[in-house]
Amino acid sequence: MENFSYTLVIPLILFFTFVFTGLFGGKFKPVISGIICTVSVFISAALSYFAAYQYFFIYGKADGAYRLINVFSFHWLRFNDNLSIDLGILLDPISVMMLIVITTVSLMVHIYSLGYMKGDIGFSRYYAFLSLFTFSMLGLVLSVNIFMTYMFWELVGLSSYLLIGHYYEKPAAVSASKKAFIVTRFADLGFLIGILLLSAFAGTFDFNKLTDPNGGAILQSASATFLGLSAITWALILIFMGCAGKSAMFPLHIWLPDAMEGPTPVSALIHAATMVVAGVYLVARLFPLYVFTSPQALEVVAYVGAFTSLFAAIIACTQTDIKRVLAFSTISQIGYMMVALGVSGYGAEEGLGFMASMFHLFTHAMFKALLFLCAGSIIHAIHTNEISEMGNLRKYMPVTHITFLIACLAIAGVPPLSGFFSKDEILVAAVEKNFVIFLVQYIVAGITAFYMFRLYFMVFWSRDTKYEHDPHESPKVMLFSLVFLAVAAALAGFIPFSEFVTSNGVPFASHIHLSVALPTVALALAGILTAYFLYKKESGSPDKITNSLGIIYRSAYRKFYIDEVYLFVTKKIIFNLISIPVAWFDRNVVDNAMNGIAFTTNYISEKIKVMQSGQLQQYAFVMIAGMILIFLLTLYLIIV
Amino acid sequence: MSETVFYILAGFILIFSVLTVTSRRILRTAVYLFFVLLGTCGFFFAMEFNFLGAVQLTVYAGGIVVIIIFSIMLTSDLQDKLEAAGVSKIFFSLLAVTAGAAVCISTILSYKFPALTNNVLDSSMNTIGLRLLGYQENGFVLPFEVISILLLAAMIGSIIIAKKADVNK
Amino acid sequence: MPEGIGIQHFLILSTLMFFIGVYGFLTRKNLITILLSVELILNSVNINFVAINKYLYPENLGGHFFAMFVIAIAATEVAVAIAIIISLYRKLKMIDVENVNEMKY
Repeated sequence: MENFSYTLVIPLILFFTFVFTGLFGGKFKPVISGIICTVSVFISAALSYFAAYQYFFIYGKADGAYRLINVFSFHWLRFNDNLSIDLGILLDPISVMMLIVITTVSLMVHIYSLGYMKGDIGFSRYYAFLSLFTFSMLGLVLSVNIFMTYMFWELVGLSSYLLIGHYYEKPAAVSASKKAFIVTRFADLGFLIGILLLSAFAGTFDFNKLTDPNGGAILQSASATFLGLSAITWALILIFMGCAGKSAMFPLHIWLPDAMEGPTPVSALIHAATMVVAGVYLVARLFPLYVFTSPQALEVVAYVGAFTSLFAAIIACTQTDIKRVLAFSTISQIGYMMVALGVSGYGAEEGLGFMASMFHLFTHAMFKALLFLCAGSIIHAIHTNEISEMGNLRKYMPVTHITFLIACLAIAGVPPLSGFFSKDEILVAAVEKNFVIFLVQYIVAGITAFYMFRLYFMVFWSRDTKYEHDPHESPKVMLFSLVFLAVAAALAGFIPFSEFVTSNGVPFASHIHLSVALPTVALALAGILTAYFLYKKESGSPDKITNSLGIIYRSAYRKFYIDEVYLFVTKKIIFNLISIPVAWFDRNVVDNAMNGIAFTTNYISEKIKVMQSGQLQQYAFVMIAGMILIFLLTLYLIIV
Repeated sequence: MSETVFYILAGFILIFSVLTVTSRRILRTAVYLFFVLLGTCGFFFAMEFNFLGAVQLTVYAGGIVVIIIFSIMLTSDLQDKLEAAGVSKIFFSLLAVTAGAAVCISTILSYKFPALTNNVLDSSMNTIGLRLLGYQENGFVLPFEVISILLLAAMIGSIIIAKKADVNK
Repeated sequence: MPEGIGIQHFLILSTLMFFIGVYGFLTRKNLITILLSVELILNSVNINFVAINKYLYPENLGGHFFAMFVIAIAATEVAVAIAIIISLYRKLKMIDVENVNEMKY
């Protein structure tokens, strides 16, 4: 019989590392805590690979389909016979795949940070939080029920907050971390309500029961309706709201670009590869529920994803901060994954979109982490984020240049790199289901290629910028991560993903659909060529184009004023109409009532304490007078 | 006990009681109290509680008053007159006292006491001894023991309170 | 003895004595004289006990014994009170009740 209990070590070792470095990190040299964390992530990664090997190749299959394995679980909180919150570990294709993604990227980021964060004051703190994050992310993907997911979901949000605010002397970092926290918390409110609704109707938190297509949960939950939609649809839409917050879907995406204030490896780990795809993961985890009980909720997922990917891609074309371009690109790519889930059906071939989404999640994690780490390498070398101040860096940083190019080609979808395969599957799934969405995604593929190569050419070619001192290639530890991820990004596409990760666990063979792939590649190449002509050499033509676009360019540059809308809503409407009256009420009514009580008590006690004179005879007199009065009163009552 | 004896004793007691609380010479106060105790003792004898009268005489009049006189001598200058109380204090005290007395006396006068029974127990030493240490009905051995412990505790307590603070500490 | 004299006589006498003691308690300043007033009060109670025993419950000796116990308690009370007064005197060099106000607010 298979024994997966060692998977418990995968998250827990990181938790202990977090506690250890968090408490004792200051006691020894910073680099030692870095090495401790890196080693424990390495152990975790090795175990994850071993678990994946055992799951996919040895024990995971039963009757030709991958099944859910509940490695262990114990009751933590029990409400009634059906409803209990368990803690445990669940293995299925997507959680095992996520294990691989998280531990791989995390390991690379840990190694990379040894070089990138060298000399930073908060080095041990940084590593402790990185471990905390990895622990919570692993806990999130391994959780056995939706409430445990929620707890780790919040832990992930917390560690993201802590890491964005790593440079807490910088006001921008502090406000960015607060923004990220508040926006995701707001979204999580929806998530929590969704969980409660779901558990109320389905009667269980347990993923095993929730996602069983023949199980009672799905059957019994379709009954009640509210505002024209079934209650379960509302629950799923609310849960999707939480996913949208974490995965930066429109209109809750505003925190992600600002989160780039954090250290760049953090952006690579959290805000590109792992945490932001938690939303996708959760939708995938609840996928049978979406498919069978609520096609409307799934449509919401698809449309939000499609709109977001287009919207973010347009903004990405105009940004001049290298990390912000990547951030919007991330938003756009996550939109892709959402779309793929939204257009998917349940089953082997019907579940192509599901498989494509997971596939894209996997490849995207590799090449986007690589892109961020390259960006970190560049920033490390020339100490600026502005691409207008870069140029011609290929001469100084050859390794970074090559790896960045590989990542750009991968994300643009040029064969045979990984992005081509996963994006192709998504487009195939979309074209079968909804042509409008397919068209949007098709255009986005072109725009993606354009803005990525705009970035590439402006950074590595373009004009011959004069630097204060010559930029130098990054240290070897950082380059190791770059090269490793570049290899992964280049080759990940050849993994026969449909053999492993499908919506119902049944493997199938997927093919390249030339009718879809050829136009897409052509469009991507067109985007690359456009970028080549506009940005290869420094010229006035981009400025001319932007001028002719006028207001469209400006509004895209300002991210379509979404931030301003939020500011208007919060500052002008919520602050003025709600917060200020509430604050007034608190300061004047509540505070004064409390102060008044205290003042009155004090005043009365000042007055009556004189009665405690310490004079024995006074006391005796009062006592006797009181006795006589009571006596008289009693007599009076007896007589009357 | 004839009415005459009663009124003589009562008058004696009341006069000396009033003198006890009003006299301004402290030693005389104690002596007046001694007379009050003697008067009370007379009542006890008149009611044929001879043992109780003897106890009253020895413990109260003999013991307590002597202790009090000792402490007066230790703490007061016998030549000084005691300070008189303020007028308002006297007034309010009198008011309270009269009211209290009036209430109690009116209650006493309005209450119908049951008639006398003839089943009289003799109060010889024999009976007293048996009852005091008896543990059957109407036996008082438990309060007797409690009081003896109380006496012991009071003795130890007063020694500790009154002894001089240790110079070394 | 009860010919002619009712229990009321004794009770009234003890009431008067009691309130004379209370008066002394309220007006005296010297702690020892206050103590004397307390003795008066205790004595009036003794008269009460004995009279009630004699007139109402002559078949047993409850009041008699209680009078005895009261005498014993008066002795202990005086012993402790005198001890307190003496230690106060050592501390304050006077024994006026108005100066003993350390329990004031």
